[in-house]
Amino acid sequence: MAENTSSETLLETPLASLHRELGGRMVPFAGYSMPVQYPLGIMGEHLHTRAAAGLFDVSHMGQAELVGEGAAAALEKLTPADVQALKPGRQRYGVLMTETGGILDDFMVANLGDRLFLVLNASRKHLDIPAIEAVLPTGVRLNPLPDRALIALQGPAAVAAIATLAPGIAQLTFMGIGQFTIAGIPAIVSRSGYTGEDGVEVSVPADQAEAFARALLALPGVQPAGLGARDSLRLEAGLCLYGNDLDETTSPVEANLVWSIGKRRRMAFDFLGAERVREELDNGPKRLRVGILPEGRQPARGHTPVHARGGEAVGEITSGGFGPSVNGPVAMGYLARAAATDNAPLDLMVRGKALPGRVAALPFTPHRYAR
Amino acid sequence: MAELRFTKDHEWVRLEGDVATIGITDHAQNALGDVVFVDLPEAGREVAEGEACAVVESVKAASDVYAPVAGRVVESNAGVAENPALINSDPTGDGWFFKLTAVDEAAIAALMDEAAYAAFLETLA
Repeated sequence: MAENTSSETLLETPLASLHRELGGRMVPFAGYSMPVQYPLGIMGEHLHTRAAAGLFDVSHMGQAELVGEGAAAALEKLTPADVQALKPGRQRYGVLMTETGGILDDFMVANLGDRLFLVLNASRKHLDIPAIEAVLPTGVRLNPLPDRALIALQGPAAVAAIATLAPGIAQLTFMGIGQFTIAGIPAIVSRSGYTGEDGVEVSVPADQAEAFARALLALPGVQPAGLGARDSLRLEAGLCLYGNDLDETTSPVEANLVWSIGKRRRMAFDFLGAERVREELDNGPKRLRVGILPEGRQPARGHTPVHARGGEAVGEITSGGFGPSVNGPVAMGYLARAAATDNAPLDLMVRGKALPGRVAALPFTPHRYAR
Repeated sequence: MAELRFTKDHEWVRLEGDVATIGITDHAQNALGDVVFVDLPEAGREVAEGEACAVVESVKAASDVYAPVAGRVVESNAGVAENPALINSDPTGDGWFFKLTAVDEAAIAALMDEAAYAAFLETLA
């Protein structure tokens, strides 16, 4: 049993005092002090989110707007997502590329009509912002929005709950986005999230974030949920975590994110790092991100070496843990392409012992988006 | 019931006759959160003081459990292997991990008593 005694200076989100009031256990994450769990516990918060609604503070994430004629075309220099085809009121998932075809970050981009709205990872925003600024032509501006909080309400009861405060939210479909006034607070609401459940992510002014969160917590079925549940929920949903499952060495083809590359973009290959993406689309990637299901009860965590059953090393787990809804261990990782076939038997080398597992389809828990 | 002794790694020891029962403390289970798996030592294994000899896995992480004293494993708790949540619900009772014989009673007596462990936890707060 080891104690974490790290005492570096951590940033706080606008909900820091609310987290303490709710009994949140604060841990360092991406330079912020964040609640890993509340008194209900990770398991309870996870299961509650799948059954009703969990409220997550994700204000550590980077928010920014891109303004000006040609903003979408400019962003396309860095991402293979089709940003120009994104209609007003719609949001899309994409990756930002490195020069060598790796992934600088994964992100959300939305068309708010008069501007693009971006959500970036907390751990990467300091790199993303200069990378985006470097490709902007005269007349396009990137405005970071450090004075905004981001709050996710996720689960099958989430939209019905928040729609009691702003009925129009129920009209959004998955990846729809709009501006609403909720409990008197101006908000940007997208029907999206990181749990595999229906729900919303809501951007509000930082100085009104606590009042907003309290208004949501007062709704029936809403419980606060921490980063621990957020991680187990996204893992069951097969969603990547930057730094675990994606990094500057992984390409979008290897990461099985080809669906995020627009068709037009796959013809033109006019984005940073496109050579590698084109080569891997033509000839297949060397390795591929897949789901991995350990047999039995023992979790296999990130960095666990993976062998073909009774054979040689074929890859590594990048995210692994216990899936409360699956009620068993779940994982994902990168395997040599030849080994990455459905149901292929594997040995997961946990603490020197071979734990049997197999390649499994993602997600482990079916997505329940409001398409 | 014999009194508990404690380590700075948050294990407890209860000596009854010549058998020492070992588990993790309430503080430890609370810090770990929901326990989902335990890997326990096999009967007959000789363990050294401070040797990592069990693993406890919560939803969020895996942690080693160390032998508070040297000895020979006589039994591991099949009950927690089957139902790891016992470690959360009854850490110093049904949630025990394993039992040792051939232990040095003086080494156990030298570990922290309940008051000393409580004072130690205060220093971590």
